[in-house]
Order: sequence, then structure tokens, then C-alpha cells
Amino acid sequence: MAYVAVKGGEQAIGNAHAWLDEARRGDAALPAVSVRQIEEQLSLAVDRVMAEGACHDRSLAALAIKQARGDLIEAAFLLRAYRTTLPRFGASLPLDTGAMRVRRRVSATYKDLPGGQVLGPTFDYTHRLLEFALAADEGEPPVPAPEVPADGATAPRVTGLLAQEGLMADEPPSDAEPGDLTREPLEIPADRPLRLQALARGDEGFLLGLGYSTQRGYGNAHPFVGELRMGEVAVEIAPPELGFAVEIGDILVTECQMVNQFAGSRHEPPQFTRGYGLVFGQGERKAMAMALVDRALRSAELGEETGAPAQDAEFVLYHCDNVEATGFVEHLKLPHYVDFQSELEKLRSLRAAVAAGAEREAAE
Amino acid sequence: MSAAPQDAAGGGTLAGYNFAYLDEDTKRMIRRALLKAVAIPGHQVPFGSREMPLPYGWGTGGIQVTASVIGPDDTLKVIDQGADDTTNAVSIRRFFGRVAGVATTERTAEATVIQTRHRIPETPLREGQILVYQVPMPEPLFRLEPRVAETRRLHALGDYGLMHVKLYEDIARRGEVTISYNYPVMVNGRYLMSPSPIPAFDNPKMDRMPALQLFGAGREKRIYAVPPYTAVRSLDFEDHPFRPNRADAACALCGSRDSYLDEVVTDDRGGRRFLCSDTDYCERRRAEQ
Amino acid sequence: MSDAPILEASGLDLRFGAVPALDGVALGVWPGEVVAILGESGSGKTSLLRVLSGALAADAGEVLYRNAAGALVPVHAAGEAALRRLARTEWGFVHQNPRDGLRLGVSAGGNVGERLMAVGARHYGGIRAAAAEWLRRVEIDPARMDDLPRDFSGGMQQRLQIARTLVTRPRLVFMDEPTGGLDVSVQARLLDLIRALVADLGLAVLLVTHDIAVARLLAHRLVVMRRGRVVEHGLTDRVLDDPQHEYTQLLVSSVLAA
Repeated sequence: MAYVAVKGGEQAIGNAHAWLDEARRGDAALPAVSVRQIEEQLSLAVDRVMAEGACHDRSLAALAIKQARGDLIEAAFLLRAYRTTLPRFGASLPLDTGAMRVRRRVSATYKDLPGGQVLGPTFDYTHRLLEFALAADEGEPPVPAPEVPADGATAPRVTGLLAQEGLMADEPPSDAEPGDLTREPLEIPADRPLRLQALARGDEGFLLGLGYSTQRGYGNAHPFVGELRMGEVAVEIAPPELGFAVEIGDILVTECQMVNQFAGSRHEPPQFTRGYGLVFGQGERKAMAMALVDRALRSAELGEETGAPAQDAEFVLYHCDNVEATGFVEHLKLPHYVDFQSELEKLRSLRAAVAAGAEREAAE
Repeated sequence: MSAAPQDAAGGGTLAGYNFAYLDEDTKRMIRRALLKAVAIPGHQVPFGSREMPLPYGWGTGGIQVTASVIGPDDTLKVIDQGADDTTNAVSIRRFFGRVAGVATTERTAEATVIQTRHRIPETPLREGQILVYQVPMPEPLFRLEPRVAETRRLHALGDYGLMHVKLYEDIARRGEVTISYNYPVMVNGRYLMSPSPIPAFDNPKMDRMPALQLFGAGREKRIYAVPPYTAVRSLDFEDHPFRPNRADAACALCGSRDSYLDEVVTDDRGGRRFLCSDTDYCERRRAEQ
Repeated sequence: MSDAPILEASGLDLRFGAVPALDGVALGVWPGEVVAILGESGSGKTSLLRVLSGALAADAGEVLYRNAAGALVPVHAAGEAALRRLARTEWGFVHQNPRDGLRLGVSAGGNVGERLMAVGARHYGGIRAAAAEWLRRVEIDPARMDDLPRDFSGGMQQRLQIARTLVTRPRLVFMDEPTGGLDVSVQARLLDLIRALVADLGLAVLLVTHDIAVARLLAHRLVVMRRGRVVEHGLTDRVLDDPQHEYTQLLVSSVLAA
């Protein structure tokens, strides 16, 4: 009857949707989770959906998570589908992450440095022991964390410190208009701005696996976290009719600058090079993986040996988008019986030919 | 090392967990791997690494090794980057304080078990002490040959031409070997071994060390060891001998010119100071002055 | 030439599905001689080379290698460790595609030096000197010692592969169409070079080729293969000038006609 169910349509789909709504709601005796609760208490899920959905809107992302029953790729998909309908007013100026109001900032390359190490709200040094008290938690708020007053010191970028000494490869700023993946299809070879755009939207798990592979010898990375920072940065736009920049709000971002060895080439002395990662919200794992993969994708232009999966721009960029990937993988469950029928016939005729050949040989 | 009792959920440990977190069967499994590792110096022994309550990369291998050899009478020191006060060292020390209730110390000479990430203490270790290294990548050849099945074969055959080619290429292109940390060593003339990402400066301390050196790699599920007084030689050429390096400066606090130094950036105009990475060593020197 | 063969195979059978790749093949190579296995593609010659060097197991038969100490090593029963040790000491391999025999991301000097280091050389200056000497012998400017072979021409890569193979003075070298991928003019130069080196060093060589000109120039003896069988063998001049088997006659005449 499955055949009829697929073919015979309307009612089956209606029933499935009704069942989905019911499953989403779960036990009706329990209060429904609110979008605001998701926004506040599942904030890292919200951040991830904003990053992969390529749309910075916390409440829409929270709504998408609720609608998707917590399936974050489905939620990112919902957000992308919504985002694409929005009118485009203009582009922001580049974010100045150097002026970030830092909530967290750590460097693995120096024990201490100007601006200090700020751990912030991190899982890093928690012991992963299930806290059963949380299960019974009915809303007693935790004791507020002690606040260390800001000493007013700015936190210069570690990569800048290295650049002062000439140890960090120069990356001259450019005023060239970067490409826009949301309006133009990806073309290979893709320049670095395009690659970074693709990675910023890319699937966290995919980038994590690729970044990890570069640490295990598939790409020969020697990475250090020069700096990882997370906090609010101002977003500015400069409408042409005004002729000056206006601030339109703050967003939370995570930035990772990965410092990598570079052996030098015929034209350049040995120096450090940068791998860069930036994601919406608090997305440290993603920002770090992105920085590893960004650096791996630069290996060809730096004249290094290539050949590892993470160094293959076409492979990485065409497969990192989870909305595209999930669509194509999951479409396999749609009916394919017309093609399959022709495969059946082909296989039967091939096997018949083999059998006939064996008989001939036996007769000889 | 003192033997852990069969069931040591004694005072001061975390309710609901065995002494030193791991159950006794797991500890026995790890100790068997350790015995094998000691019997074949430098050989990587696969072991059934467990999920730990700290993430992979935080020292899960070292923690499992420490948990398997530590007993209630032991005194534990934990360092990261040579220092007892770094966040990860504090976290691991706190973990063992919580799950084993053992005495902890910051003094190298007082410790019976020292778990370390990235350094060997400056104070020479003695017989009876155990140095437990946290190892991210146990395979010394992984940058040259990422496939584990192949590197195991190369170890079995003692075929280390790849690594020698790497050193040769460094000298041919840069005039010197460019490896500054995790500098590969030959153990007992047989196995090529990763010393873990300690600075090459520390490599000579491994050679014929009176203490037992144990290495745990949790994510990669390997244990290896260097028994006391075993020859550990850093790879080199006869005419390009191994040379460890350190910053050419004296510690700003204790004045040491022999210890390994950290560089601390003091401002964004190029200001820098150098300090002993081994905080215990530095403090004792200052106390003596 | 000494009396005992350095490599001796007997009764080799191998089938890929219904197709016989080797059918009762026997073969001997004596120290200092070059034996060419001649045949068209699909004749089984490359399978034979792989079976003789232990890279491929035969369904039946035996391959014996007499090592430097004079002991007989059963190639297929020796185990991987022994075979690998042989491959980096007493044996050498020259592949048709230099990419299979070189590390393209390692300098020319490093490629030659690797074999030396694999047998224990630990003096950097000595390794450089030996590498420079061997680059000269294969007509590569030693000034290019620190360049990567991926920037070399196909002919240079092939000569580098030969230098890397011969630097440790192997006793037996397996060559698979060593001039196969090269232009005719480059081929001629390489053949001259191989001939001179082989004679100089007194190497035993087992050479696979489909090219009668290559066989005539390099080989002392020929083994002609067709459909997994040895159809004719003998001294090179005798086989090529007075072929007995009709298949050999066809091979020789097609060259003359071409």
C-alpha cells in the first residue's frame, strides 16, 4: 500500500503533517516550550542555526528550532528559506572585531598578553559529570557570576603583535567588492572571501571533521590558536544618500585566528600564516574548524603540497553546505522507480550475457 | 607507586564513583597495557581508552594512566606548560582531588606522580617517581604518513627512512632541522617515538631518566612507556647533531639562564619579558636567593 | 656469470577469473645478466614481474631468491618484513611512471638519500656527496639537488628514479617499461644511460617491455610471453634474428614492417 500512499497524495500528506504537528507538541499535558525559552536557554542551538541558516535573527532561529522539533539542520533550512525572501537594503561595513566588547578572549600562544585571558562562559574546564540537580531544576536562577570590572585596556589582536615583528604573513586589505554566494553561484577557483563565506555558512560537523583531519596528518597543519574571541561588535551601514556610517545595532560573533607555520617559498621567508574563522553567536568549535579549513584551502596558493581532502577547495566548498547536502542525500527516499526499472532491465540483460558466455565456453 | 585497594571509595572521594574515577576492571586493563608498554620501550600499545569527563585533547590519556597507577598514599603534581597554575592543570588537579582525594603538591621533589602537558620539570626526577605525559598524537610519523595501518607496519619493520628524509630536507632547505617541539626520538635503539609536544629543549632529560615515563593518548587509544634508565636519543645526523634551543635571555624573576622560558607580551608596542615556564623551579630558586 | 641463478621461478600459475595470466611459467636470472620479458599488453608480463618480486601471489609455483649471503629465500613465504628489507637493500625497482618510484614532494637529493638513510647512513655531508655523485651519473646537474622532482621533465624524473634505485648498489633490479612514457629522443638517451650503468655495476636486471628495440638494446636474454605462457626464450640476438615460434616471428616482422 506504500505505493498508493506515495502516489495517492493529498490525504496522505495531510495526515502526515497532522501527525508531525502532534509529534512536535509531544505530551500535551506538559506546557509547550516557548520561543523565548528556546532563545534564552538553548542559546547555543540558536547560534548554530543562525550561523548555518546565514541569518542573524535570534527569535526567528528559535522559532525555527521549535518548528523543526530540535532538528538543527532542518531549522537552518527553515531560516534560509525565509531569509531568501527578504528584500536587500544594502551591505554593512566590515565588522571591526578589534573593537569587540569581549566576553571571552583566549590565546594559546602566550601565557599572558595585553587585554588578558578572559575565559568567559565556557565549558572548557568543566568536568563532564551529569549534574542531576539540573533535572529537578524548576527555575531557581544560579548565583550571578562575579563580574571583574573592565580595566579599560583594549585587547590587541595576537596576529597584530606577530605582524609587528614581521613574523606574520602580510594580508594587505582590499577595497574590492567581495563576491556574494547568496546571489551568484559558487565558481571554482573561488577566492578567499568566497571560500570564507561558504565556510561561515558551512556545516559545523563537516568542517569539524575536515579540520580534525588536518591535525591528523591529512594536510599537515601545525596550528596554534593565536586568539579566540567572542563578544558584541557594532554593525554599521553607510547609506549612499547619507554619505556617512550609522550604527544599526550590535551582534554577537566568535572569531578565531589560527596561527600556522609556513616553511616559506622562493619569494617569501619562513613566517606564520593565518587561518581565519568567524561565525554568528557563540560558535567556538565552528570558528576554530573554519580557521583550520581556511588555512588548509590556502595550501595551493602558498605553494605547499596538496592532496588532502581539506585542501581540495572544490571538494570542501561543494560539500560543506548542509542544506544542500541534506536535500540531495534525503531526496533518495523520493520515488525513483522509473530509473530503477531501467536498471533492473539492464542488469538482467548483462547477467544473461554472462551466463550465455559461460555456456559457450563450457561447450568448447 | 602504591597499589590501589580493590575498592577504595574511601573518604574524600566523589560519591557514586570508584576511587580515581575509573572502575577497577578498567584500571587493570590499563595497567596490563602499561606493563606491556614498559616491556617494549617506545612501542605504542593499543588500549581500550574510555570516555572521560574531560574532552579529548584535555589530557584524557594522561588522566587514565594517572588514575590507573595512583593510590591513596600518592602525592600528585599536575602541570601544563610547566606551570601548576594554568587552567587545565588546575582543572585536572581538582578532578583528582575530587575523585581520588589524594594529596596534591606543586613541588616536583615531593610528588610521586607528576602528570604533565608539554613540559618536563627542570628539577631532575628520581627513582620511584612517575612522569605521566599527556599525548595528543602518539604516532611520530603521522605528518609524513597519515595512515595508521601503514605506520604500524613501518614500526614493525623499523623502517624510519621517512623521518630521516624529513630531517634531511629540513637541513637541505633551511640549514637546520625545523622541528622545535615534539622532536622525534629513538627509544632503546629500536622504536621511533613521539616525546609528546614538549619543547626539544626537554628531550635530553628523557635520556636515562631515573623516573618511569608513561605516555597516554586517550583519543588515539595508545599507551607507551620509557622505563627508568632507558636510552632516548633525539634523531640527528653525525655532522648536524641535535641542538635543543631556548630563548636567549634570563628569567625576569629568578634570573635562570638554564631553564626553559615563556615569552610574555607586556604591551602592544613590542614589550616582552621572559619567565621560567616551570613555576615551581622558579619559586624555589627565588626562595633560595 | 656465476653458476647459480640469483632468481629462479618454476611452475607459476595465476588466473584472473577465466583468464590465465600465468600458465606454468618458469624462469631464471643469473647474476650480472639482463633478462627482458617481452610481450604485448595482456600477455601476462607485468603480472609475472609482480609475482617474481613478491608483490602479487601466484596460485601455484615457487620463486626463489639467492641473497647476498648465498642463502635461498622463498620470495612468497619470506613474509612482508623480509620482502621490504630486500626491497630497500638488495633489490631495486624502476617503475614505468616515475611518480610510483619517487617522492615528488621531496627534493632530488632527498629522494636519492632516502635509500642510503634506510640502510643506516647518518652523515649528512656524506649523503649529499653520494647524492650529488649519483645525480651526475644520471646526467642531472647536481645544482638541482635541492629542487623538487615534480618540477622535472619526464626524462629527468626517470633518471632520478634510476639514481635513487642504484645508489645503494642493489643486486637485482626490476624494471617495468622504464622508457614507456617518454618521447623517442628522450628514450634513446635513457636507454644508453641504463645500458652503461647496468654494465658498469654488473647488475642483474629483470626488464618488462613491449618494445623490441628496448629489449634488443638492453637484454642479454629474452623471454617471449603470450597469454600467460612463455612461448620462446633464448639469447636476445638469436630470438630476434631467428625467431622460432610463429608469435615471435609475428612480433619481429611487425616491427620490421613498421
